[in-house]
Amino acid sequence: MRVDPTTGEAVPLPAAPQGTQGRWKDAAGERLRLFVYVARGSTTTMLAMAMATLFVLVAILGPAILPFDPLASNPQAALQPPSADHWFGTDNLGRDVFSRVLAATRLDLGIAFGAVALSFVFGSLIGALSGYFGGWVDAVFGRLIDVIMAFPLFVLAMGIVAAAGNTVENIVYATAIINLPFYARIVRSEIAIRREAGFVQAARLSGNGDLRIIAVHLFPNVLPPLMVQLSLNLGWAMLNAAGLSFIGLGVRPPTPEWGIMVAEGSNFIISGEWWLALFPGATLMLAVFTFNLLGDGLRDLVDPRQRT
Amino acid sequence: MSRISLVAGRIALSLPTIFGVIVISFLLTRALPGDPAAYFAGPTATPESIAEIRHSLGLDRSLPVQFLAYLQDLATGDLGRSISTGQSVLSDLLTRLPASLELTFLALLISLLVAIPAGILAATRPDGIVDQATRFLVTAGVSLPTFFTGLLLLFIFYFKLGWAPSPLGRLDILYLPPPQLTGFYLVDSLLAGDFETFRAALAQLALPAITLALFTMAPIARMTRAAMIAALGSEYIRTARAAGLSRRKVLFVYALRNALLPVVTTLGMVFSFALGANVLVEKVFAWPGIGSYAVDALISSDYAAVQGFVLTMALLFVTLNLLIDILYTLLDPRIAHES
Amino acid sequence: MDRRTFFKAAAAGGLAAANLPFLRNIAHAQGRQQAVIVTGGSINSLDIHRTGTNRPSYQVAVNVYDRLVSFGVDQREDGSYTFDYSKVVPELAESWESAEDGKSITFRLRPDATFWDGTKVTAEDVRWSFERALALGGFPKSQMGAGGFVDPAQFVAVDEATFRVDLKEPSKLSLPDLGVPVAIVINSKLALENATDADPWASDYLHRTPAGGGAFKVERWDPGQQIVYARNENWTCGPVPAMERVIVREVPSLATRRALIERGDVTLSFDIPNKDAKDLKNSASVKVVGSPIANCIHTLCPNLTFEPFKDKRVRQALAWALPYQQLFDQAAYGLGVPLWGGDSTTPQDISWPQPFPYKTDLDKARALLAETDYAKGFDVPLSFSLDFADWGEPAAALIQDSLRQIGINVTLEKIPGANWRTIALVEKRLPLLLENFGGWLDTPDYYFYFAYLKGNLFNASNYDNPEMQKLVDATLPMPVDAPDYAPNVRRMIAIAIDDLSRIPLWQPTLNSAMAENLDGYEFWFHRQIDARPLKFKA
Repeated sequence: MRVDPTTGEAVPLPAAPQGTQGRWKDAAGERLRLFVYVARGSTTTMLAMAMATLFVLVAILGPAILPFDPLASNPQAALQPPSADHWFGTDNLGRDVFSRVLAATRLDLGIAFGAVALSFVFGSLIGALSGYFGGWVDAVFGRLIDVIMAFPLFVLAMGIVAAAGNTVENIVYATAIINLPFYARIVRSEIAIRREAGFVQAARLSGNGDLRIIAVHLFPNVLPPLMVQLSLNLGWAMLNAAGLSFIGLGVRPPTPEWGIMVAEGSNFIISGEWWLALFPGATLMLAVFTFNLLGDGLRDLVDPRQRT
Repeated sequence: MSRISLVAGRIALSLPTIFGVIVISFLLTRALPGDPAAYFAGPTATPESIAEIRHSLGLDRSLPVQFLAYLQDLATGDLGRSISTGQSVLSDLLTRLPASLELTFLALLISLLVAIPAGILAATRPDGIVDQATRFLVTAGVSLPTFFTGLLLLFIFYFKLGWAPSPLGRLDILYLPPPQLTGFYLVDSLLAGDFETFRAALAQLALPAITLALFTMAPIARMTRAAMIAALGSEYIRTARAAGLSRRKVLFVYALRNALLPVVTTLGMVFSFALGANVLVEKVFAWPGIGSYAVDALISSDYAAVQGFVLTMALLFVTLNLLIDILYTLLDPRIAHES
Repeated sequence: MDRRTFFKAAAAGGLAAANLPFLRNIAHAQGRQQAVIVTGGSINSLDIHRTGTNRPSYQVAVNVYDRLVSFGVDQREDGSYTFDYSKVVPELAESWESAEDGKSITFRLRPDATFWDGTKVTAEDVRWSFERALALGGFPKSQMGAGGFVDPAQFVAVDEATFRVDLKEPSKLSLPDLGVPVAIVINSKLALENATDADPWASDYLHRTPAGGGAFKVERWDPGQQIVYARNENWTCGPVPAMERVIVREVPSLATRRALIERGDVTLSFDIPNKDAKDLKNSASVKVVGSPIANCIHTLCPNLTFEPFKDKRVRQALAWALPYQQLFDQAAYGLGVPLWGGDSTTPQDISWPQPFPYKTDLDKARALLAETDYAKGFDVPLSFSLDFADWGEPAAALIQDSLRQIGINVTLEKIPGANWRTIALVEKRLPLLLENFGGWLDTPDYYFYFAYLKGNLFNASNYDNPEMQKLVDATLPMPVDAPDYAPNVRRMIAIAIDDLSRIPLWQPTLNSAMAENLDGYEFWFHRQIDARPLKFKA
């Protein structure tokens, strides 16, 4: 049993090695059927899927569905509590909180997806190379990963953003860097246990190059546990970006972003204008929650043994 | 391979990591924008006065020279002087580390007390109501931004209800810290037999610890559940059941004991994470720990303080993981057989 | 050993032990002269002369040390107290007189003044302290320089009780500059006992251990957490403080500070955001005192080294396009002094700050912009510091909104405090920024010196005008009643209005919230808490 340190959650042990590509494809179909079965059986997973779809839809539609301009201030309507016009109330500049929360979805999901995609790609690459070649490649990358993991990760992200400047790209890079080790480690161990497996040796004998073997024969086997990691990481990436905003190292104002809205709104809680922080905070929580639940559902699918 | 050489090898492996941490934290802090010299030259600075300060801080030397000087200082146990608190970084960290550790430990304790029973309950009936509810709740907990939870708890329990004391650090103004032995106020006050101070310190700790505990419950509960399910499905449990042992005995004596090892491993990781996450909690509760210290240092480009903090944290992480690894090596019977 | 604190003992004495839990409510606990103050800033040294001492630490110099002179205190219309720059009053010096040619000032020290250790305060202590301020360089040196003190030879201990400063040329700033927090008098004998060859000015010692004779002693300092002042019963330079003890706690979170004062758990919350000040004004249990900050303006600074702003008409177009009233209502929450909508481009008087003759008129702004090469507008980043985000953020957003309407496309940059000083003030490489300079010494020419002269720190706009330079150089040392003074200042203001290297938004206030029964709170130019006059109402 391994532990995913981002959420501290258990990541399943590698599923039994799959034989060949063809068998993997069969297995994929089987998994899909199983997923539908599992999802039907679990209300929470169904719910999570519906919510995730909703979030992604809002992110894609974005500006098209906003009732108000999320940046337009309106001095006459500052700090109004939630009403029929302004469902989530208005902020200190009279901007519609509901519109801002909706508008922020695209950015927040974008940061999370971007960061996770980057760490997925580079983490897999590093992990695959270390796992397949072993030796000094493994030693060098292994130490590098150890060094990253030796930092308190949130503080490392803070340091990177502080040093490189607080732009959206840098937040994405920082989040990607602190997530990288998890992917690298999963991929490395999955590939290392299979690199001398029969199907790999067969592929090697039939003249396939190392890179081809990694990409075509080995990597697909790693995908299922990676998908779990991916979903769990999305939530964590969002929390990370929000935390950076809270200490002033996040997205720049007045860009609507959930974390920065909570941070700014938190100064208004004590004075009774709770809606400024509550709605973006609750939305952020809901989004993270959704992806965590989804990750959970995926985990059950990948490692049915945990379900007993 | 003997266990001793395994342990020695594991320790040797962590040395390059520590060196890497030193290098990266040095480079990262040097890349921080802003010029501490200009920041501290004050409102009527002139280019000359800034240059004077830059020289006195040693910032006018080349990077490799600064790095060598830093290594030299490290070797003598000198972490430098923080420019924002004006104290030596070592003494800053030593006074603040117990505050962070006490908070983290208490949070973990609360977390364990809730999460392990929840995990066990969930494991006895996987996918039952309790399992679903537990999963739902702990996942909700880990999905909360800690700073938001902290503010919310403060608002409700301090501002609205008045149950919690004012969030002014580790002790109410009415009390003086107990005589320092461990640096943990709870322990020190008990050792001194001063229950009133103990209660006061506990009251201050409650909200930040709960905030942090909410965040750390999920991994422990999930891990307990998974390990328990695995244990309950194993041969020896089936044997124990077949032998007619009571359900309670099977659950708590045989299954739980075997399930605890992976939980302990998780705990190490969770501890490291909680220590990182309490940066934000400390900020909200004005908690005088090393997390809030690091945030301030980072924002004021306080090189020595950032380096010292990162180094301390990294050493703490590395040591902790090393200990867990060693513990595992020593406890796990399979390793002896394999060798 | 009894570890319980003094206050707990005092509390138990005042009330039945069974009532102890209720004592949490410090502000309303009667019979104890103890104040608990919360601030956001963090003290990093007890020695104001030390390199790297930050602004919040200046309060230690104010409360713990004495200066030769201080300033009078005035009661404002609303009943609150504020320092009076025009009245220099004795502190450690009993009296003083200027030489006929104005080139020296001679001070008589109080005969009964002693340091905490009982030794007498001598002219040599004063001389040593001032020399130290110059010798350690950095901020103390440049602040002393503002008063014309640049050379240690200017400080002369004539005899034990007589101290003289010699001046290269007479300046109206010399005497007031000895009343600023930097010009403290240190117990030189005690300091020298703790000096070493490597550290001749006892910086390591004084950093942690103040050696003075002021109204309060430092009982305890926990960096990053609190400083505890205890009253000096033998203080002779003024009335002994009413407070036996003052605890200043550092609480970084704005929301927490507000909760603390609203719940009555602290006596005073120093320097609160305008929003809180406005909200709490109507509170029954909390009193809010707001004082306009003398010689301070919140401004928008276009940087003249950047292309669009080289053209004066573009800067003026900015000034016509700003949503002043909205800024004042939503960024300042209506607290402060409006600085727009003045009557005339030629100032009628030398009051400062004074309203500039601009107001929100988008058509005029568009017309001006149309005359320039930027008729179609342009893109520009607008920067502000994280340190003043509480007003900077809403102000920047409103400005962005308004400038969009005349085709100027603004992006916002929030810069952490440490970087701010370097980028904005030292390197001066921000094209458009919000700025909040305020001068300690309250004369307009002092403001112009720092904010309108080429190369000076607060001239973030890189403004360079030879006429302004000549005017300021001539006016700075001039007494305020000199015949040329008023015309010179009027001319400076007229140039500032026309050239607009800084566009004034409003004059800010410093607001503090305090328990209803606290009295004696005074506003000072150094914007630090002066705990000496604080007292509870009978």
